[in-house]
Amino acid sequence: MSERYDVAVIGAGIMGASAALFLARGGMKVLLLDRGPLCREASGVNAGTLTLHMTRAALIPYAQAGWRMWTSAAQWLGSGVDAVATAGLSLAFTDAEVEMLEARAAVRRRHGADIRIVDPRRAVELEPGLNPQLLKAAWCETDGYASAYLTGRAFRGALVQAAVTIAEGQRVAGVESGDGGFTIRAPSGGTWSASRVVLAGGVWLGEMLAWLGVSIAVKCLINQLIVTERMRPVMRTVLSVASGLLSLKQFGNGTVLIGGGWQGLGDTERGGVETVPDNLIGNLRLARWTVPALSEARITRIWLGLEAETADALPLLGPVPGVRDAWVIGSAHSGYTSGPYLGQLLAEHMLGREPSLPLFDPARLVGVPLPH
Amino acid sequence: MTANPSAFDVVVIGGGPAGIMAAVAARRHGASVALLDENPAAGGQVYRATPATFTRHEAVTAEELAGNRLRGLLERSGAATMFGYKVWSVSPGFRVDAIGADGPIALSTPALIVATGTSERVVPFPGWTTPGVIGLAAATLMLKSQRMLPGRSTIVAGSGPLLVAVAAGIVKGGGRVVAVIDVAGRKEWLARVPAMLARPDLVARGARWLAALRAARVPLLSRHALSAVREQGDALEATVARVDAEGAPIRGTERTLTADCVAVGNGLTPGSDVSRVLRARHRYARAKGGWLAVTDPWGRTSVPHLYVIGDGSGIAGAAAAEHHGELAALAALNDSGRLPAATFDRESGTPRRHWDKAARFGGAMAGLMALRPAQVAAIPEETIVCRCEDVTRAEIEAAVDRGAREVNQVKAWTRCGMGPCQGRTCGDVVAELVARRVGGREAAGYFTGRLPLRPVSLEAVTGDYVYADIPVPKAAPL
Repeated sequence: MSERYDVAVIGAGIMGASAALFLARGGMKVLLLDRGPLCREASGVNAGTLTLHMTRAALIPYAQAGWRMWTSAAQWLGSGVDAVATAGLSLAFTDAEVEMLEARAAVRRRHGADIRIVDPRRAVELEPGLNPQLLKAAWCETDGYASAYLTGRAFRGALVQAAVTIAEGQRVAGVESGDGGFTIRAPSGGTWSASRVVLAGGVWLGEMLAWLGVSIAVKCLINQLIVTERMRPVMRTVLSVASGLLSLKQFGNGTVLIGGGWQGLGDTERGGVETVPDNLIGNLRLARWTVPALSEARITRIWLGLEAETADALPLLGPVPGVRDAWVIGSAHSGYTSGPYLGQLLAEHMLGREPSLPLFDPARLVGVPLPH
Repeated sequence: MTANPSAFDVVVIGGGPAGIMAAVAARRHGASVALLDENPAAGGQVYRATPATFTRHEAVTAEELAGNRLRGLLERSGAATMFGYKVWSVSPGFRVDAIGADGPIALSTPALIVATGTSERVVPFPGWTTPGVIGLAAATLMLKSQRMLPGRSTIVAGSGPLLVAVAAGIVKGGGRVVAVIDVAGRKEWLARVPAMLARPDLVARGARWLAALRAARVPLLSRHALSAVREQGDALEATVARVDAEGAPIRGTERTLTADCVAVGNGLTPGSDVSRVLRARHRYARAKGGWLAVTDPWGRTSVPHLYVIGDGSGIAGAAAAEHHGELAALAALNDSGRLPAATFDRESGTPRRHWDKAARFGGAMAGLMALRPAQVAAIPEETIVCRCEDVTRAEIEAAVDRGAREVNQVKAWTRCGMGPCQGRTCGDVVAELVARRVGGREAAGYFTGRLPLRPVSLEAVTGDYVYADIPVPKAAPL
């Protein structure tokens, strides 16, 4: 632990792993720490939806860049996450949903997403598996899906090759800034030292920022996900609904993944620990309503993954307010799509390069309470 | 959304000897009890009932009588029984969701007793997924319940008392047993005799089975194991080799046998799905079958009011299970204030003594069935370990070599354990393979328990509804 690193990245999800990778490729000596294994929290257990339909409007250019990275992972990451590019449809089944669908599509279009509203006939042409009772659909060709569980495997190879020191299963109890650097303390009393620090802890960012005396609230959502047994092809696009409360895709192996952010129970300490049967049934009814052939599916696994959300549901991405050489990245709602790009973008800033897009200054959220 | 769950003082999952006696004892003390089982009748794997539609032309066996006695007790107890119901969800507090022929039901209870028994373990060998290769448990089911021979000629292989039981059942049913292949040596059996003498009745039954096999001139190859099975025309050709005391095959001792069925089982692993889902504390106990919930003699787990009993709490056998059921019922009622401490103490004495004695016998048998590391070490690299997802030993080990440190990470990198069985078949062997490289079973861990407890049809869970019935939450932020 006596070695000194140019930068210590704490949190080895996509954001942290990607920042670590691009910092190392930029010439820095990087330590990547996580209390668990690489990419095994939100980054490894999310629904793998590579969509703009559920991306916060202001994040769309970032998600588009992330989408390009995921779908070309072989080129920059070495091995990929089985990303498949396909069209995405967001659906409306009631008049109120049509209104929401059109309004949301218009806002996302203004932020650069090529989303078109289509009628049921066109929607069913694009996705023959759809329930024809839909009233309208929003169609976007920049969509797709990945197998999120492969994220850790994909990043590990690239990180090792870039000579990043990966320290898994290492809890961090605190970070102190001193003259010209940081001391990172393990609960055992051991320390690491680094000239710069990047906090990349997702739902744990609130606690981590407090180490440096910064108060930013981060909400922890407990998202429920459901996967079926392999079944005959029943769909070929990525489906969602106007409210964002469904994500649906069928992988090449025939399994169908059902998500949408219906809530289970848990917390940042224990993780997602309890499925709420009524939320499960609601989520499944919405899925079966959307693709009726799913009635013949059998569910093999239901799990819970944590998702972070800030007060404005946009990421923390930039310098830690008031602490020199400390940076923060993460808590991007629906951040899987944009994740690799946000890591690359932070690295560009830290390496003093011309950044391709602006950051999301964390200072905006200091002391801002979470809504309700 | 779903109808209010029906409330019971005690809910028992599993209708084997442990579950039956838990329900009976809880009823005896006036509690309202529901017992669920996915099978059409009570009895469990050991006392599996013959279908009601069968007409019998043979004498009733002692084992059937034992099963009938338990079924009679349960029926007369007044417990609400739900057979043919698959429990797919348990949530803390407790709520139990199940699906039967008439659709979904939900129960609520302050005391949950889990008596879900075990699953069979097979240590993979080349050809173990060939049609015609079945588990000893499957052979038992065919023999006991369906009165069917698994094949015209059968090789019975693996470890533990099921070997002799299955082989004797085949002989009794008029089938031919080509050979019994036992990984344990005669000395290992003999070493257990003192403990077995705790239950002379069961020793006598074992002796009768062995006598039947001798009379039928069935070769008993002890300290042998299957090393491969391949299809040869209509038949299966099995390669069998001698093994050393640890279970490692000895090269140059191979011979081949031919049969049309191979029944193989390498012991049983406790079915700890429910206690994993409910996040009870677990420990690894090789001699008791694997990872199991930490329990006291009454079946109390680290989760208040959750009890795990019978073989699911560590292999101890059917005789012990009955007494374990009684103990758990007493604890459940005492812990929820329904049974005074004095009554609890008084009533616990007899079942505790019986349980201790029976568990000594069962424990000795379980030791014979424990997973042998050398047998796992001998699995060839290209052999499939996870049969749902076709993941080989080499792929599992490659994941560890590339940096996966425990079984859940190995699962994410290989899909091993992601199929319909969710690792119930392969989990113990996968963990053993990972453990060899990461420094032990505790480090290798176990697959995180998640719902559903059984694959469940989406149609059955969602039922009939219209769009307006779906309580869609507040929209995600824009």
